[in-house]
Amino acid sequence: MIDTFKSVIDALSTPTVSFTLLSIFTPLVFPPTDWFDKINRKFGIWRLWTKPGLYTGMGFITFFFVVGYFDPNFNITLTKPDNFPIILMIYSMFFFLWLGMSKAYVNDERIDKGLKPVEYNDPDDKVLVWPDLVYIEFISLILFMVFLIVWSILVAAPLEEPANPATTPNPSKAPWYFLGLQEMLVYFDPWLAGIVFPMFIIFGMMAIPYMDTNPKGDGYYSFKERRIGIFIFMYGWLILWLFLIVIGTFFRGPNWNFFGPFEYWDPHKVVPLNNVNLSEYFWVKMLNTGLPSNIMLRESLGFITVFAYMFMFPIFLAKTWFKDLFAKIGPVRYTSLMLFGLSMFSLPIKMYLRWFFNLKYIIAIPEWFFNI
Amino acid sequence: MAKNDKQKSLLERLGESQVWKSIIRSGVPKTRRQRMHAILGSVFLHLHPARLPKHAVKVGYTWCMGGLSFFLFIVLTITGILLMFYYRPTVEYAYTDIIDLTEQVPLGIMRELHRWGAHAMVLTVWLHMLRVFMTGSYKPPREFNWGVGVLLMTLTLFLSFTGYLLPWDQLAIWAVTVGTNMARAHPFIGHEGPGASLLAIGDINLVHMGSDVRFALLGGRFVGEATLLRFYVLHCIAVPFIAMIFMAVHFWRIRKDGGISGPL
Repeated sequence: MIDTFKSVIDALSTPTVSFTLLSIFTPLVFPPTDWFDKINRKFGIWRLWTKPGLYTGMGFITFFFVVGYFDPNFNITLTKPDNFPIILMIYSMFFFLWLGMSKAYVNDERIDKGLKPVEYNDPDDKVLVWPDLVYIEFISLILFMVFLIVWSILVAAPLEEPANPATTPNPSKAPWYFLGLQEMLVYFDPWLAGIVFPMFIIFGMMAIPYMDTNPKGDGYYSFKERRIGIFIFMYGWLILWLFLIVIGTFFRGPNWNFFGPFEYWDPHKVVPLNNVNLSEYFWVKMLNTGLPSNIMLRESLGFITVFAYMFMFPIFLAKTWFKDLFAKIGPVRYTSLMLFGLSMFSLPIKMYLRWFFNLKYIIAIPEWFFNI
Repeated sequence: MAKNDKQKSLLERLGESQVWKSIIRSGVPKTRRQRMHAILGSVFLHLHPARLPKHAVKVGYTWCMGGLSFFLFIVLTITGILLMFYYRPTVEYAYTDIIDLTEQVPLGIMRELHRWGAHAMVLTVWLHMLRVFMTGSYKPPREFNWGVGVLLMTLTLFLSFTGYLLPWDQLAIWAVTVGTNMARAHPFIGHEGPGASLLAIGDINLVHMGSDVRFALLGGRFVGEATLLRFYVLHCIAVPFIAMIFMAVHFWRIRKDGGISGPL
């Protein structure tokens, strides 16, 4: 029974499966359009944000970790002291997401009825910071300090053997909060995964208030009024950032191979690497010729693909589906939205191209370190 | 209505003493006026306004995460200073100093507090961001402060990353090696980045393994003695200094942008 459960979980956590499932679930959990909202209502997914939803979610996470604790393989990764923050992250993210969303649903209902959000108070009816806020701050920092001290007494900070540049551990992992970026390295070269995309994440996040021109939902929890914005943010943050951290921490073993949580980290696991570049697909497999010696000619199809995706596609969208959006937010906002949005969605696209077509690079110019 | 001396509590008597009044001018904060003065007269507390709308003091609205992030920054500064008493950032001593710290120093949980506090700070900063996003508090007039917040989050991650190297164990150097290897692929200024070969005069490459951005970060071609010193200085002085400037701007702008967000 428990072994079946373990093997099912192992199979489900393969990035191909888990990532696909989560990508399908995200628009159902945070429905960006009426169509998704209908499915959300039909299957009662909104119940996740009610009290039974909280208990079920917390119960499932706890069950998973308890089973994991008693599993000889998962126990090793689970009980590493530096992985404790990730367990904490999974619990706290779920709880606070639940808290925010359940408050948002309450406010959505009130706004539908024409009432003000719960947070609303008469502007003249204010409270004094001393004592009403100062005491709350004081109590919360005391409680947090107690938590931190208990954590520090119970779990010793990790200290491995002295640094030895001659012995590379396998796998070598970055600190846990960077494991999402390290996981991205599977699909993109370091210049993108390690430099350009992190820059885009920082600048893209800073650009959110300028791209989101929806004035509603300022200063109170709400979902319905800003559902598209919340969906995009949650997909980028929960799936492309936090979930990749979870994959990188728990599911990546020696040689950065995938291992299910209950699998033994076999350093000799053989995974066939037969990834093919787009240029090879085109010239060798389709046209049956050798690769042209001229680099630009060789990669011309790749350049056209990337150019079409990053530049032609937004223009096409602006003329068709996003016509209203383009008219509403103007060319500068639209361009930045497309730049950051398309870069973000290039990650799942590249993942699927890798999984289904073994595609290595769309543009492959290792001579210039320019691989996309 | 004046009470006579016997009815006054100890606190009230203290509040009337010259010492107390020299520190807290308004005496013991009991009346509405005194309570407002207690906030306005204190250099620390006047980060807050004297009065707030009701929703702003509810934990359910703010989650306290911004405040806890700042609190953790202070905890990390204090524990960090204590750790600096015992720690020497050299390849020779770094690791043994950490051992010494755990085994010889009485009540030695400073390193634990520092490490777990740093991890917790990453989480509280993320949760603060989630709260601000979910309440739409980044919307005008608070766009700029959201941007400052994103930079503070980046600085938090970078602070945590630079500190990761300091114990000088296997975990430290290989995590930092993996992390800093990215820098060699930086476009134009990393020696294995696209465009780096364009920066050349004739046959001479300007960007090579001994001159690129990774070399600048590590102070060498690999994670070694110079890297340890560089990360130590970045971790203890440079990044906290920058973070403190941004924090000042962040807190100041909360007030200048109309205080905590709320429904109109």
